Order: sequence, then structure tokens, then C-alpha cells
Amino acid sequence: MRRARPGAARGGGPRMPAAGDGQAGPGPRGGPLRRRESRRVPGGPARPAADAPPPLAAARPAALALVTLLSFASRFHRLPEPPHVCWDETHFGKMGSYYINRTFFFDVHPPLGKMLIGLAGYLSGYDGTFPFQKPGDRYEQHNYVGMRGFCAFLGSCLVPFAYLTVLELSKSLPAALLTACILIFDTGCITLSQYILLDPILMFFLMGAVLSMVKSNSCADRPFSASWWFWLSLTGVNLAGATGVKFVGLFVVLLVGLNTIYDLWDLLGNLSLSLVMFGKHLLARVLCLILLPLALYTAMFAVHFTVLNKSGPGDGFFSSAFQSQLIGNNLHNVSVPEHLAYGSVVTMKNLRMAGGYLHSHWHLYPEGIGARQQQVTAYLHKDSNNLWIIKKHDSDTDLSAPSSPVEFVRHGDTIRLEHKETSRNLHSHQHEAPLTRKHFQVTGYGINGTGDSNDFWRIEVVGRKTGKLIKVLRSQVRLIHVATGCILGSSGKTLPKWGWEQVEVTCTPYLKETPNSLWNFEDHVNPKLPNISLDVLKPSFAEILLESHMVMIRGNSGLKPKDNEVTSKPWHWPINYQGLRFSGVNETDYRVYLLGNPVIWWLNLVTIGLYLLITVSTAVALKRGVQLTSELKELSRVVLRGGGQIMLGWLLHYLPFFMMGRVLYFHHYFPAMLFSSMLTGKY
Amino acid sequence: TLIPLEFSPTFDRMLGFLKKPVVVTAEINMNLVTLTVMGLISRLWGLSYPRAVVFDEVYYGQFVSLYMKRIFFVDDSGPPFGHMLLALGGYLGGFDGNFLWNRIGAEYSMNVPVWSLRLLPALAGALCVPLAYQILVELQFSHCAALGAALLILLENSLITQSRFMLLESVLIFFILLAVLSYLKFYNLQRHSSFSGSWWFWLLLTGVACSCAVGVKYMGLFTYLLLLAIAGLHFWHMIGDQNLSNVSLMCHLLARGLALIIIPVAMYLSFFYVHLTLLYRSGPHDQIMTSAFQASLEGGLARITQGQPLEVAYGSQITLRNVLGKPMQCWLHSHTNTYPIRYENGRGSSHQQQVTCYPFKDVNNWWIVKDPGMQQLVVSNPPRPVRHGHIVQLVHGITTRYLNTHDVAAPLSPHSQEVSCYIDYNISMPAQNLWRVEIVNRESDTDVWKTILSEVRFVHVNTSAVLKLSGASLPEWGYRQLEVVGEKLSKGYHQSMVWNVEEHRYGKSQEQKEREVELHSPTQMDISKNLSFMAKFMELQWKILTLKNEDTEHKYSSSALDWITMDTNIAYWLHPTSGAQIHLLGNVVTWASANIAALVYTCLSLWYLIRRRRKIYDLPEDAWQLWVSAGEICVGGWAVNYLPFFLMEKTLFLYHYLPAVTFQILLIPIVLQHLSDHLCRSLLLKSMFSALIVAWFSSVYFVYCTFRPVTYGEPSLSVTELKDLRWKDSWNILIRKQ
Repeated sequence: MRRARPGAARGGGPRMPAAGDGQAGPGPRGGPLRRRESRRVPGGPARPAADAPPPLAAARPAALALVTLLSFASRFHRLPEPPHVCWDETHFGKMGSYYINRTFFFDVHPPLGKMLIGLAGYLSGYDGTFPFQKPGDRYEQHNYVGMRGFCAFLGSCLVPFAYLTVLELSKSLPAALLTACILIFDTGCITLSQYILLDPILMFFLMGAVLSMVKSNSCADRPFSASWWFWLSLTGVNLAGATGVKFVGLFVVLLVGLNTIYDLWDLLGNLSLSLVMFGKHLLARVLCLILLPLALYTAMFAVHFTVLNKSGPGDGFFSSAFQSQLIGNNLHNVSVPEHLAYGSVVTMKNLRMAGGYLHSHWHLYPEGIGARQQQVTAYLHKDSNNLWIIKKHDSDTDLSAPSSPVEFVRHGDTIRLEHKETSRNLHSHQHEAPLTRKHFQVTGYGINGTGDSNDFWRIEVVGRKTGKLIKVLRSQVRLIHVATGCILGSSGKTLPKWGWEQVEVTCTPYLKETPNSLWNFEDHVNPKLPNISLDVLKPSFAEILLESHMVMIRGNSGLKPKDNEVTSKPWHWPINYQGLRFSGVNETDYRVYLLGNPVIWWLNLVTIGLYLLITVSTAVALKRGVQLTSELKELSRVVLRGGGQIMLGWLLHYLPFFMMGRVLYFHHYFPAMLFSSMLTGKY
Repeated sequence: TLIPLEFSPTFDRMLGFLKKPVVVTAEINMNLVTLTVMGLISRLWGLSYPRAVVFDEVYYGQFVSLYMKRIFFVDDSGPPFGHMLLALGGYLGGFDGNFLWNRIGAEYSMNVPVWSLRLLPALAGALCVPLAYQILVELQFSHCAALGAALLILLENSLITQSRFMLLESVLIFFILLAVLSYLKFYNLQRHSSFSGSWWFWLLLTGVACSCAVGVKYMGLFTYLLLLAIAGLHFWHMIGDQNLSNVSLMCHLLARGLALIIIPVAMYLSFFYVHLTLLYRSGPHDQIMTSAFQASLEGGLARITQGQPLEVAYGSQITLRNVLGKPMQCWLHSHTNTYPIRYENGRGSSHQQQVTCYPFKDVNNWWIVKDPGMQQLVVSNPPRPVRHGHIVQLVHGITTRYLNTHDVAAPLSPHSQEVSCYIDYNISMPAQNLWRVEIVNRESDTDVWKTILSEVRFVHVNTSAVLKLSGASLPEWGYRQLEVVGEKLSKGYHQSMVWNVEEHRYGKSQEQKEREVELHSPTQMDISKNLSFMAKFMELQWKILTLKNEDTEHKYSSSALDWITMDTNIAYWLHPTSGAQIHLLGNVVTWASANIAALVYTCLSLWYLIRRRRKIYDLPEDAWQLWVSAGEICVGGWAVNYLPFFLMEKTLFLYHYLPAVTFQILLIPIVLQHLSDHLCRSLLLKSMFSALIVAWFSSVYFVYCTFRPVTYGEPSLSVTELKDLRWKDSWNILIRKQ
């Protein structure tokens, strides 16, 4: 690597500007690069590898086989150890089991990775019964090796992928071999590939996308050939895969996107190409890199929702309509009266994610916290204390009597909500709320349904005109306190012990349209009204897709570190500052620690610095019009273009983490690390 | 002298301006003068009305008061230069700082010089009008277009409102525009007269204006970066110029580096220097800062720590403050109560004496550093200082129990060890009270542990757990004090594991009774500690950047997307009795046209770009260059001042958009002139276009006049008139209930 450095575009020694430091002499040029030059027609289009001279042609498959073998050997070595749950296996293993058991769950990542884990487990005979409760639990008789093996298999593929990518970019066998060695012997990569995690799957697709992008670039001289189509669509497939495993995959989409735009721009400038041809190029890329991945991504979710059709731990995160899809959920196949009427008994669900039901109980707010009246909270579980009766604000006649006529509640009506268990009215007044001091307190007030004018609420449906009926489950409703004009909402903050750690409910004076202040009616009991089946509100697939993405995004941004929690910072990663403990709390345990190979990682850092230096000096030299030999010109083209692609990949996978507010871990650096390794390999 | 002169023709040219005589020729552009006067009138008219606190004046005003009283404060909203400018206004008006800034709408008392407090922002706002004119002229557009731009800025209601009060946006916009203008001037001089006097002047002014913009608000940083990028691009073109020698290129690079990087950094530092020099008294925000910083302020902690011994020795009596300061500052504390035998969740404890972190000064915060090998608790003569790596015991002063930790789960953080003061219950639980002192910010491994300055970790010798503040607050049995634990899995450095000695004295009392008296008495001895400016600067800067205000919901906050269409307004002030009110509301026609202009610019540029790629040249080369450079400044300026808000998590208001909209407004005349010059081919079309522009401009004027009452706050409007002003349902015009 050191040998190759001075060779990069340093021809016109004496005329170099002082900016390029003192390495002006054309030093001994690197073997690998020179060999590559000899096989290329300067300036001409790249010739396919098959045209290479015979001895090398034989060496390449052998090298590839060797690299692959070594890679598999290093990843599969002592795979079943340790025979207990390591680190995040507790999550992803568990989610694999959920797929096998078909129970619905919620996770912040898209489903592909976990589906594949589940599939691998299913095929290898794991029955989904192991609970994966916490790291360190022993697997006992459960068959976990299949899942680990699957991850290790994908992790092993990284090495040949990287090898082929570098080979394609630099056309130099030693460079490719160096890259492969670096990855084979990087302890961090090995560790990360050996367990049931999403990262090997993500990195597999990511490297696959890069490899196929590079391959399709090198097919550019014969567009619309079979191999061109193959690599282009494979890029699309890999993009869908990467994004489907984790949203971090979007960065590789960005990388491919930028590369494609550059490509198209190049084609546009080629005047020998007619506009019709250009249109074809454009369409082919739209088809393979946008439509195909989108279709696959959507299909992935379709499978996800089809497989997970039983109610499970993820229900509460989703809306009522969504829950009605799940077998075993209490909303599944039930039928309720369609329109809200006076005298009905209802539950109200807050529309923010995991918002909970409007709830009250016999306990009062403690001394010193607002008025000493009955608590009103939001409660995540189903309970008889969530039941409220809708009454007219001005009359207290018993509407449930069979003789009285049915009267529907309409948009804009003023109503009163009486808590069924305690017969107190939903009430608000200008006392500050317990936690959100700028909001008003909400209480239960009155005895047996008689209260005061602070119990009156105006009910409004979002986006509806006055006088319309209110639909159960489907209408998004807000309740406006008539006396103060504030809106009933849930702040999302957890009350202290006196509030049973339920969620605070307040009346907000800020008239903002947020899910916090919107509710829908979920249960609805009114014997006088005919029930309709809930199937009519079956959400369309597009709605389900949108909702699950909203929930994932909110979940992702909700992962914020607590004040005193020690998390690692992005700048720790490249310098291998500290690792991550995978397993083994006690000193006697079998311990696994995620840590990169320091030689390799620091070497990578040095290379990045060197690369920047070389690029800048080459670019300046070219701009100054320094006359270069054709060989050097070709070399600098490789440096700027090929190296640029990899460098861009590194930047795209590293820099964005600086801007994220969420909890970051060491392993987030690994994709970036792959790119820096490839960069190292190139020199 | 023997300086070799042959290689210095460029240096010669660099300093050439010194050789010529200084000649002043006056040439007055009446357009500029008129625009300036109109700007001044529009911004300064009735400046001290309303004589009440308007919107964010309530926020900035408190800092002006603190400046007047020289009391230290930390404001996380930005660097201090803007606050200092406002305070300068107060200083010139003779403000004594005595006003309670507690609510919007409060009447100013007689001692508040309202006019001079609002003068500087208003002047800055007024000068934006001629600046806009000049920028368009420098972008090589016609004087007619330049006049149009200036008039649009002049008649922009939101800019007027924002300039007329003690707020910072107009100052920020002024410096941003000044920086852009001086860079353009510099660039235009570049071709003919590099290194001339005016070349240097405009180059340096660019740097100065950039640093001022950054110093007023951090948003200025993005314009600075934009200008740096443009300068980099221009320099890149210069590299390609074969006529320039390497040496002269180097000189150009150095000059730019000096003016655009070194000077701004130096200026930025100087803002903080002035800030810290002005504010030397301790005040309400002291507790955010470290002990060392607090000790450097007059009053407050300095009064207590003045004259403490510097080096901690065996036998020293100390209080230990946690460095993190979150959730609140607190000191290592113990008291006679023990941990409950069983917690509420059924887990057991060691039932030993509680060790907590206590947010108030208390005699129970005192600890004595003891040498494990000796019995005595006094400082020997001469004192034996404790160094990095030494093993000590910490004895609680009042109860004389030893700080201890063991393999028992902590009350609230079960993964960490419980920390207690050891009570010998005579059961199989031996004392484990040896701690190794590790100085985190040491310079060498033999550093002495210093009061206030040293940040120390205590590593437990038996279990290698680290003494840490968990941040959780204990239940009733622990008096809601903060939990202290032994962290076994210490993953690197975190401030919650670091402590520093705040109060300190050498213990002299042999007997416990005497010692208790001694612990209650104030410390006294003499060594003063002063932090260097850089240390103070780094700390303050860090705090400004990391301080988070929570619970930032606001009635008039908006999201960045609302700004383009101006869906929200902000009510700044309402007359206590009449319907007179002031709103931040833009000129609807201008905002809409600015959006259209940006859209047209982008589409046209893309179109031209694609056509040029196919070697079809619609524009002559120089017209294309003008078009591109105008876009770099205006669209670029809009983008860098707008898009970053999408990544910010803080509460956003409409006024954050004003710098961006200013750039967008500058784009309108550019696009109009381009359309008329290049796309209106026939004379008839041209005159029709001009007529359209006149009609459009009168509508801008009409809207300005319509909204003038809510821009200036007078005259007072009736209820129907106010209702008529509510052009959008989402606008919140205040209508008094009858």
C-alpha cells in the first residue's frame, strides 16, 4: 500500500504547486497498479475480465475460491458457542420465534431481516418455543444453530463480495486479495457475523448492492445486454433487501442513486446518443432501481402482515382499525353499533402511538397537585375503568330506558362524559396539570352524574361539517372544553406512583392538530342500536403500510438515551475506542466482546487520510494542467472515480450518525467500516 | 537590507496600495440615498410605541438587564454578540437594568430607554434596504431590478415588524447581507485589481460580517459556509487559470484563509472575551457551570472557596461535587439513616448507612481523605498530598463511617453495586472501603489531586466498580435524594462518574467533637484560582451548545413547512384596552411571488442545464454566468437558511424563516429581469410584461398598506376591520370579546 502511493499522479514534479507536499519524485510505482495498466488499452472502454491473459484468468477463480473458503472457515468456526443468548439475540431471536408462531409484534426495523431469521429457524427445525428472555439464557435443547448459521453464511458472503467489487474497480488482483484478507481477519466482522443479528443480513444486502452497482457500471459499454439487465436489476433487489432489513439501508440507496444520476448525466452529455436512447436508459433505471425495489419492499410487508395474523405483544402500538385484523384481539370480528348515540357506553383511545384509553379510578390527585379531585389518566390496558357514558349536557334523563328514542351524537354537540364505575363527570378547570405545567388539569368531578358547567365538552370530528354523525372507530374526534376552550389530550408523560404510573391526561390550551389531542371511540355498547360488523372498516393494504411506517419512525426517534446512560459516540467508532460486550456478565462466563482488529482499523483510518491527500493533489495537478502520461492519467481516473465511489459510501454510512439523537451503538459503524476496508485494499 | 526582492512581485502588488496617495472622490447614488432614507423612515417611525414589552423582548430584555448589572448568565439560544449589541443600546440610553421582564405586554417603567434599546435592530433593518439594492447591482443586474429588490424589502411587513423591536433577526439579516455584498464587491474587484486597497477592504469586511452574523445567531453559520463554498469554487476556477503563477495562487489562498477563516475565528473568540470580561459577577446560571468556573466569578462560590488550600492531602476535609450537574448539581452525601432491609419490590439490601447525592450544601456533605495505613484524620505537617493512583479511604465527617461498596444490588439500579457507609454488623460482610483516586484530567501520572481543578474518578479496589451518580432519585426512605452507585461495567468516560473537590480545608481536630465544630465552620485560607480565558470559553461554548430547554411548547410555534405558505402568524402585542395589535405577518403577495420566483428559477436552470449538456446554448455565455451566480447567492442563501430547520428539534417560529425569505425576495427581480430580457422576444411582449410588473407591484404596495395597522400597531382597528384582515383561517388575529 505504501509502495503504491507516490505513484498516484505525481508526474510533473517540478511544476507542482507547493500544496502537494514534498513527495514529488516519481517513486517506485506499485506492482498491482502497473500490472493492471499493462492489460488495458489506455482511454478505451474497459475490457471484460474474460479477455485477461491466461495465467491470471486461472488465478482469479482460484483466489476467489480460496478467499471464500477462508471466509466461511473463519465465520463458522465454533459457531454454536456460547450456547446461550448473546446481546441482541434476545430481540431478534425472539422476533424470529414470533414469525414461527405467527404472533404480531412491533419493532422499529422493517421486517425482512427478522423474517429471514424466522425462515432460517423454521427450515432448520427450530420450533419457536424458546422464550429468548434475556442475554445469558441457555438454549438447552433448542435448535438455534440454524439461525446462527444463516447469519454466518450471509456474513461470510461479504468477503467474496468485497473481493469482487475491488477487483472490478481496480482490476488488480493483489488489491482485491488485500481487501479480502482485511475483512477475513477483522475480528469485529467475525464477531458480528456469528450471532442472530440483523447486521450480517444488512451488510450482505449492502455489499450485494455495491457489487452489483459496480458490475453494472462495468457493463456500461454494452447496454441492454443480458448481463447489463441482470446486474442492474440485481442492484435493485439488493437495495430493497438492504432497506427491508434496517432503515440504515437507505444510505446505500442514496449511494446508488448518486451513482446513477452521475451515470445518466454522463450519457446525456454523449451527443452520439439520441434522446430516444437516453429515454430508454432512463426508463430502464427507473424500472430497475425504483419500481422493482419498491415492489419488492411492498411485497415484503405484504408477507409480513400475512404471516403475522395473530394478536400479540405489538397490538397496542397500532390503531383500532389495524387491531381488528388480528386473530385473538378483542376487536377481531366483533360488531358494534356504527354511530355514536347518547346513552352509549364507550371507551376512548388516544391516537398518539401507544396512547392508551381514557381512564379514571377512585383515587384522588394528591395534596398540592391541582385540585384534590378524582384522577383521570390514560391507561394502556383494557379495563372496566375505561368505560364512559355519553350524556347530554343539559338533561340527566336515563337514556338507557328502553322507551326513550335513540338520539345520535352529532359533530359540534356539547356533551358530558360520565365515568361508568364512579359516576363522576369528566371535568377540567384552570389548575395546572400535574406534569405539563402549561396545560390544565383534568379530573373526575360531581356526584352521581351531577356536576357543574366545567363538565361540558364540545365534540368535534376532524375534517367534518356541523351536524354529521360520529362513527365509532373511524372518526377522529377531539373534545373541546366549553368553559376554557382547551382540548382534551394525553401528554404521553408517565405519572409518578400516586398515579399508578399511568399516563397523564391534560387539557391543552394550544390548539394544535396533533395525535395527542385526538381520540377515537373503540368499544361502543348501546342495546338499542343494531350492530354492524367491523369488517367494513378493514383498512386497505396501503393504509396498513403507511401506519406501520409511521409507528416505526416514531419508535425510532423515541429511542433516546437517558440522562446518565453511557452510550458510545460516533467519533469513538473509527478509532476502535471501545467495544461492545456481547455476552458474559460474570467473570467465569464464556465472554464475547465485539472489537475490531486494531491494526486493520487504524490502517483504514490512515488510508482514508492518504486517499484524501492523493485525491486533492491529483485534482489540483489536473486542474493546473500538468501534463501527465496516459498511464498516469488512467491511474488518476481510477483513483478519482473508483476510490470516490467507495469513499462516498463510507461517508454516507458514517456521517449521518452524527446527526441522530437516538441511542447509538458501536455496531452502527460496521457498514462504514466495510467501505473503508475496501478503500485500504485498493492501495 | 538584504531581502531578496526578485521573487516578490506579488508581495509587491499585495502591498501596492500603500504606495499610492489616498484620494477620496465622492460620487453619490441618489437611488441609494433615497432608499436609505425611506428605510429609516419605515423602520424608525414611532419606534418607542408601544411602550410595553413586545413578544421576545421579554426574553432578550432579561439579558440586557444582566449585562447592565454585570451578572453572568448562560443563554443556549446563541452566542453573545447579539445580546451585547442589544445591551449596547441599553448602555447608550443609560439603562440601569432595573426592570422585571416577566410578561409580554407589561408597561415599561420610566427608567427603560425604549427608543435606544430598539434603535440598533431598527437601524440594521433599515440598512437592509440599500444593501439589497447594492447586492443586485453587484450581481450585474440592472438598476431597475435593484430598485425593485430594495422596494420589496422596504415594503415587506414581516421584516418591518421584526426590525422595530428589541429582537435579533434584523441584525442577523443585516450582517448576512453585508457579508454577501462585500464578497461580491471583492469578487468583482478580483479580475482587475487584486490586492488593491479596496480589494483588501471588501475581503476583510466579508470575514468580519460573517463572524458578526455567526456571533448574533448560529443560523449565520450557514451563510458563512455558503460564502466559504462559493469562495472555494471561485478559487478552484483560479487554479485552472494557467496565467497565474504558483506563487501568486499561494498568495491568493493565504489572503483568503486569513480573511475568511482566521479573522472570523478570532472575532468570534473576541465576542466571548468581551462577554466574559463584562460579566464578572455570579448570577442565576452559575450552577450550570463547573466549580472552577463558578469560582472565577465574583460572589457566589468564589466567596466560599477563596483561600482554600490547593492540594488535597491525607487528612483533608472535602466536599465532592458530581461533575455532570444533571439532573441537578449535587454533592456526595451520607446521613445516619440506613437502607431499608427490604425494598418495595422485595429485593434485599445490606441495611447499611445510606450514601446519596444531595443537591444542597449541608454539613453531611463533608468527607475526610484518610490514608488506609494510618489512623489519624488530621493533616500532617508538612501535608502529604494525594496523587493520581493513590489508594485512600473516604470517611464521612459527621458519622465517621467509611465509604464502602460491595456486591449488593443498588436500590434503583440493580445492575450496579450499592454504595454505603460501612456499619459492622458482625456478619460475613467485610468492609471493602479502599478506593483508588484517578485524576481524569491529569497531565502526568504523578499529578497531585487539586481542589476544584482536578476531575477525579474513585475506583473501588476490590471490585473495580466506579463511584457514579445514577441520576435516579430515591423514594421516601432516601428523602428523594439522588442515588449513588458503584458502576461495575464502566464503559469509558462519562461525567456522571467524575467528581471534583469543591470546598476543602486541612483538618486539624483530633477529636470527633472538635471535628464536628470544625466541619460546621466556614473554610478560610488563601489561594485564588483563575481559569484561563480559553478554558472558560471552551466550557461556556460547550454549555451553550449542549444545554437543552425542555417543555418548549408554545402557542405560536410552527413547523418549517408552514412558513413557505405563511400558514401561521405570531401575535406580538395587543393593546390592553383597544383593538390595536402587532403581528408578525409577511406581505402575502411578496411571499407568494418569492416562492414562484424560486420555482421558476429552479425549473429554468434545470432546463438550461439539460439543454447545455446536449450542446444547445439558449443563453449567451456571460448571461448564463450571471444567471448562475445570482442563483448561487439567492437560491443558495434561501436553502441554507431554511433547510437546516428540518433537522432541528427545537421549537420553531415564523421569524426563523426571515433570513431565508430575504434571499428569496432578492430572487424576484432577478427572475423578472431575466424573463423580460431573454424570454420576451418581441417589443410588444416586453411592454406587456412591464405593464404586468407595474400592476403586480401595486398589489404589493396595496397589501403593505392593508396590513400596516398590524405591522406598526396603530391605528387601532375595529372588530370588522380585524376580521377582514384574517385572509387565512389559520391566522390568529386577536379579536376582543365584547
